[in-house]
Amino acid sequence: MSNSLAIFLFLFFVAGTLGITYWAAKRSRGAGAYFAAGRRITAWQNGFAVAGDFMSAASFLGLIGLIALQGMDGILYSVGGFIAFVTILLVMAEPLRNLGKYTMGDVLAYRFRPRPVRALVAFSTLTTATFYMIAQMVGAGALVNLLLADSGISYNMAVAGVGTLMMIYVIFGGMLATTWVQIIKAILLSACGLVLTVLVLERFHFRLLPFFSAASQISYHQQSQLVIRDFLQPGLHYHPPHGPLDLISLSLMFVLGTAGLPHVLVKFYTVPDARTARRSVAWAMIVIGLFYVLSTILGLGAAIEIGPDSILANGGTNMAGPRLAQVVGGDLFFAFVSAVAFATILAVVAGLMISASTSFAHDFWTNVIHQGRERKPGESVRVARVAGLAIGALSMLVAIRLGPASNVIILATFGMVVAASANFPVLALSIYWRRFNTAGAVAGLGVGLLASLVFIVTGPNLMGLDAASTTGGRHLIQAQPWFPYENVGIVSVPLGLLAAIIATLLTKEPSAESMFDELTVRANTGLGAERVSG
Amino acid sequence: MINETIGKSGLAGSNELATNWTLIATSKEFKDLVALKKTFIVPACIFFLVYYFALAVLVGYLPKLASTRVIGTVNVAYLFALSQFVAGWVIAALYLVAATKFDALSDDILARVDGRQGSQ
Repeated sequence: MSNSLAIFLFLFFVAGTLGITYWAAKRSRGAGAYFAAGRRITAWQNGFAVAGDFMSAASFLGLIGLIALQGMDGILYSVGGFIAFVTILLVMAEPLRNLGKYTMGDVLAYRFRPRPVRALVAFSTLTTATFYMIAQMVGAGALVNLLLADSGISYNMAVAGVGTLMMIYVIFGGMLATTWVQIIKAILLSACGLVLTVLVLERFHFRLLPFFSAASQISYHQQSQLVIRDFLQPGLHYHPPHGPLDLISLSLMFVLGTAGLPHVLVKFYTVPDARTARRSVAWAMIVIGLFYVLSTILGLGAAIEIGPDSILANGGTNMAGPRLAQVVGGDLFFAFVSAVAFATILAVVAGLMISASTSFAHDFWTNVIHQGRERKPGESVRVARVAGLAIGALSMLVAIRLGPASNVIILATFGMVVAASANFPVLALSIYWRRFNTAGAVAGLGVGLLASLVFIVTGPNLMGLDAASTTGGRHLIQAQPWFPYENVGIVSVPLGLLAAIIATLLTKEPSAESMFDELTVRANTGLGAERVSG
Repeated sequence: MINETIGKSGLAGSNELATNWTLIATSKEFKDLVALKKTFIVPACIFFLVYYFALAVLVGYLPKLASTRVIGTVNVAYLFALSQFVAGWVIAALYLVAATKFDALSDDILARVDGRQGSQ
């Protein structure tokens, strides 16, 4: 009964998003409309859209499961995801809106030789988006796997289904459709989080102290020994010798990486001006902050009500949230929450697709290959659609290879580390440092990207020896990890930053320095910024 | 008052105000705007970064202090984590208020530039 209802709700959300896509496709024509929703989105709309864009399957599915297994250590993810928006508010949103047209490559292309910089930015955007996309696909597959297992739909089929859907969005949709899908999803997700929290606390008669008291005595098995732990106590996951520095590394990745995520940054091109961009960040901080505060209750609630043992045995960490809904709210609510989680994935996938394909079309195709000229009207939009198909297919294959047990928030952090090590330092230096130049930007992007990838691949998340009996969640590379930290930002961020600074100081580029006056005037006043269109 | 200062800074009298970015960038109004922004943004950034990384340091390096229970079983670490949200919201609210002043200054600069363009 719950399964058929869940299938019905899934199909309902799919139909809803397709309806919005159809409606938006009829309303928008031209590149400004396709890539930036005609820059007509209002502050609250964009705030919800940014929240809907950022709170991916990682936030809902991954985060709750992580807190349910790691307690306080997982809560640091909640804090990091929120605090990151202070960085966006104070240093990134407004200059970005004033300086760019469609992508973060636009900001770099102002002062620097556009071709090498745009080529690298397109590459790092695609890398970030692909990591995120893989995470969403794994989440979608795991969800369907848990819910619809007896209906004959497998994990692989679910991944392929979501992949096909997102190709439809990118072919027929555009930024306007994406924005509205994200707004609706953010509202649904917040409502779900709120109701779920109320239902969890209701079991404690809305008294917080007994709830936290229950969270301080969680029993589970660790290496086949029953242990009882206080889940508000640190150290469940990140313990010495490498744990403390790993936490610093995690925090560094959040606070810089989020402000370098291409799919979040493009949202600031959809509003009329920098002031609206600023107010929309404030809206996003309200929505995201409330949800993340609730996520701590939900994660601990899942640890109390379901227990770490049962979470790992049934559906894995990604399913802790939906299963909590089943325990406290029954089958109907379970089906609804699962469907909202699915809608979350659709919305984020749509946003990722558009940011990645925009960057490829605008930065790489139009500006690198064709030196800034669009040969035929509508060509860039067509190229964006083809690029979307390619990225979708690639992430589909990787998601199928990884399987449903990989925690989606860990997968998403791979994308964020690239953003923190390559995108953010170069963007920030180009906006705030007069001396910064093409060589520095190229070195920063290249080294940041390469360092992140190398350490991710050789770190303990992907490299590790599993016992032969381990079935779910095996490491991709069966060998002792070379790099000791799960969060690689602590090394890759300084490497990217140092490369950017050293390469700048070793070279002179007077044209880049003299363009700084124009850049800083534009960034601070909005003079000559892209106007409302379409 | 703005007109006076613009006169002093040499903005008035330029024929290429719309395109002469260096002239705008070196004008007193613009420098004031950037300086005013810095007086908010730099301290705000330092504060929130220190406050934010203090949580990771507390949880990672000072587990004893972090686990000290304050109300019932709720400990220092959890309360400090919650306070991060409050700190973020307060900084955002203060910034929105401060930014109205930045907007007024940048509006004045834009009005000067538009005025020059219109008269040409």
